[in-house]
Amino acid sequence: MLYNEVTSHANQVDNVMIYITVISVIFLLGITFTMLYFVFKYNRKKHKQASDIHGNALLEITWIVIPTILVLTMFYFGFMGYKGIKKIPDNAFKITGIAKMWQWNFEYPNGKKSDTLYVPSGKPVEIQLKSLDVNHSLYIPAYRVKQDVVMGKTNYIVINPEKTGSYDIACAEYCGLNHSMMYTKLVVMDSTDFNEWYASLDTQKETDTGEK
Amino acid sequence: MANGTIALAEKSFYQEGTTKRKTGLFSWIFSTDHKRIGILYLTSVTFFFVCGVILGELMRLELIAPGPTIVNAETYNRFFTLHGVIMIFLFIIPGIPAVFGNFFLPIQIGAKDVAFPRLNLLSWWLYVIGAVFALTSLYLPGGPADTGWTFYIPYSIRTGTNVSYTLMAAFILGFSSILTGLNFITTVHRMRAPGMSFFKMPLNIWALYATGWVQVVATPVIGITMLLIIIERTFGVGIFDPALGGDPILYQHMFWIYSHPAVYIMILPAMGVVSEIIATFSRRTIFGYKAVAYSSLAIAFFGYLVWAHHMFVSGLSETAAIVFSFLTFIVAIPSAIKVFNWVATMYKGSIDPRTPFLWVMAFIFLFSIGGLTGLVLGSLATDVHLHDTYFVVGHFHFVMFGGTGTIFFAALHYWFPKMFGKMYNEKIAKIGVGLFFIAFLTLYFPMFLLGYNGMPRRYFDYLPQFHTLHFISTMGAWLMFIALSIVIGNLLYALKKGKKAPANPWGGVTLEWHIPSPPPLENFEEIPNVTHEPYDFSQLEGMEYGTE
Ligand code: HEM
Ligand SMILES: [Cu+2]
Repeated sequence: MLYNEVTSHANQVDNVMIYITVISVIFLLGITFTMLYFVFKYNRKKHKQASDIHGNALLEITWIVIPTILVLTMFYFGFMGYKGIKKIPDNAFKITGIAKMWQWNFEYPNGKKSDTLYVPSGKPVEIQLKSLDVNHSLYIPAYRVKQDVVMGKTNYIVINPEKTGSYDIACAEYCGLNHSMMYTKLVVMDSTDFNEWYASLDTQKETDTGEK
Repeated sequence: MANGTIALAEKSFYQEGTTKRKTGLFSWIFSTDHKRIGILYLTSVTFFFVCGVILGELMRLELIAPGPTIVNAETYNRFFTLHGVIMIFLFIIPGIPAVFGNFFLPIQIGAKDVAFPRLNLLSWWLYVIGAVFALTSLYLPGGPADTGWTFYIPYSIRTGTNVSYTLMAAFILGFSSILTGLNFITTVHRMRAPGMSFFKMPLNIWALYATGWVQVVATPVIGITMLLIIIERTFGVGIFDPALGGDPILYQHMFWIYSHPAVYIMILPAMGVVSEIIATFSRRTIFGYKAVAYSSLAIAFFGYLVWAHHMFVSGLSETAAIVFSFLTFIVAIPSAIKVFNWVATMYKGSIDPRTPFLWVMAFIFLFSIGGLTGLVLGSLATDVHLHDTYFVVGHFHFVMFGGTGTIFFAALHYWFPKMFGKMYNEKIAKIGVGLFFIAFLTLYFPMFLLGYNGMPRRYFDYLPQFHTLHFISTMGAWLMFIALSIVIGNLLYALKKGKKAPANPWGGVTLEWHIPSPPPLENFEEIPNVTHEPYDFSQLEGMEYGTE
């Protein structure tokens, strides 16, 4: 599940995930074992008389300061893994994505239309996202990215396909009856294959929807 | 209480009421006694909890394998909407404040009742009317809403189901919640017994007080949102609906400006109960009382400023996303402080891990997981991936069910003897909480893995690669059903056949343990004069306590 190596962004997201998870697990285990230790050590059977300790300023400041620093580092790494993703590179290949209940359509600059998202590898792609009815969300789990498609508004998403292959695209914003069927594929091809597909005269709707 | 006397056994509030007729249904549903109202709420809230659980079980059954299993997509979508609406508006928001707050807030501050007893009764009636609205949609043409409990526009306008009834229900339930909050704030300010300064109040009261402010300040937003929808629909003014030139994102802002603070309405009262139970069963004072008290206020305050973390992928500007992510991390700190203080309170205590304490231990573990996974969602890079996936479903069940739900049961086991004057079977209760813990992790932990692997939420069907994890989760749901049946069954049995409870079975020292179980109509024979700190266990000398 982690490090599928399909894009460097996905790896970066996984790094952030690992970072937060490791710190979290340390905290969780620390709290749990301390609690269990106290419950055994100071069990009333052995420890009849409790001592009232009202607090300890130093200790309390420590456990405010250290977690604050740690969460701020988490914030920072989360921010670093996010900051570039909305920037549209000059050489981006522009595609329009249109969502409607319950299917995806993609329109290319030369007028080609497809319900599968074909893209060349090694080149950033900008997808302008529009909806024809309700809200949807374009979600590519393998790339660790998603963008809501909001009715009445144009959003965009930038992806950087690297490895060729075929990846799931899901709809992540609830959109009614067949929301869970609103899948298509992202197909990343090397540039010669892509150019061949792109140049082929067939401007008819592509019917190849991947597996499902 | 100052002089440590126990009021002599007299008539309990079950024998004496505020209505003319002393018994029968009317003596309950028109009673202004805060204790009877608490029990009215307990009955209604538990009823809806069971309804919600049954819907949850049916959903899990549907998801046991890919493809249709027991229902179709349309029904599934209605199930999760109804499940969400019931669990949020009818169980978890009123849950602890309306049941245990009503019953114990006046007693713990040494008052005879809340400041506005009739308003209190009205708030229960509004709860019932709201519930009726939520349920009538079941029987109307069009059927119950299928929008999810968030009612996002424009889908909620386009669907043919009865969304307006459900929205109306949320509107009315909002008023019920506001009245409860208002009542609690006033009661805390005006009705404390002599000697009970703010810093002599039990932490449960601090938590209810902070919650009251959130209820009063945040809940009207949902009312305003509702009114705007009505204006939009009747006069065709474009506010939210893009077809009329409105902005659906504005709706999301309005919705979360209420619903995120509502998350704190859900968790703060639970935190108050945790402090009570840990102090009593460790028989020592809370470590860092002031830090715990102030952190309730800090949570209530910062809780207003983080709503847009639900909208990182909706097209929010990068700057806004960064600010909201930052604030989200800040709001995590006061919760962490509380957890540390609770664990430190066990240090050098004299710990008797009875049933309520075991529920609290389960809470600390499950709620910590809920909070820590919240950090993953507050972080921008990971949230873009995990937003609207099962990771979120796992996260909020850990917080709401593992957090507040667990403490609902902790509170029930802690105060059951006081409320009903009966003891329950502790062995069975302990089996119940143990099984609950195992079931919980089996049911919800797989959801984190599902989410990270890209399984979106609100899905009737799923790809084959998700099968194993969904299957495990459904097994957990069955275990959960067994665990809850044991827990609830045990308490119902105790209600009928339980041994008589003493006034102070656990050796607690807050005021409710100084009066008989169950309490008399006006709680105290004489309003106490408070001289002790809330968790000063030296008071136990000269008090009778224990279960034998
Ligand atoms: C046995 C107990 C429970 C089970 C089996 C269960 C199961 C589920 C399932 C399967 C979903 C739908 C996931 C999806 O398709 O996206 C769900 C959603 C939800 N659950 Fe639960 N749940 C239980 C208890 C609770 C409790 C106690 C609460 C609240 C305190 C709660 C609050 C919610 C909410 C708010 C939703 C979201 C509904 C929506 O997407 O609109 N659940 N639950
Ligand atoms: Cu969709």
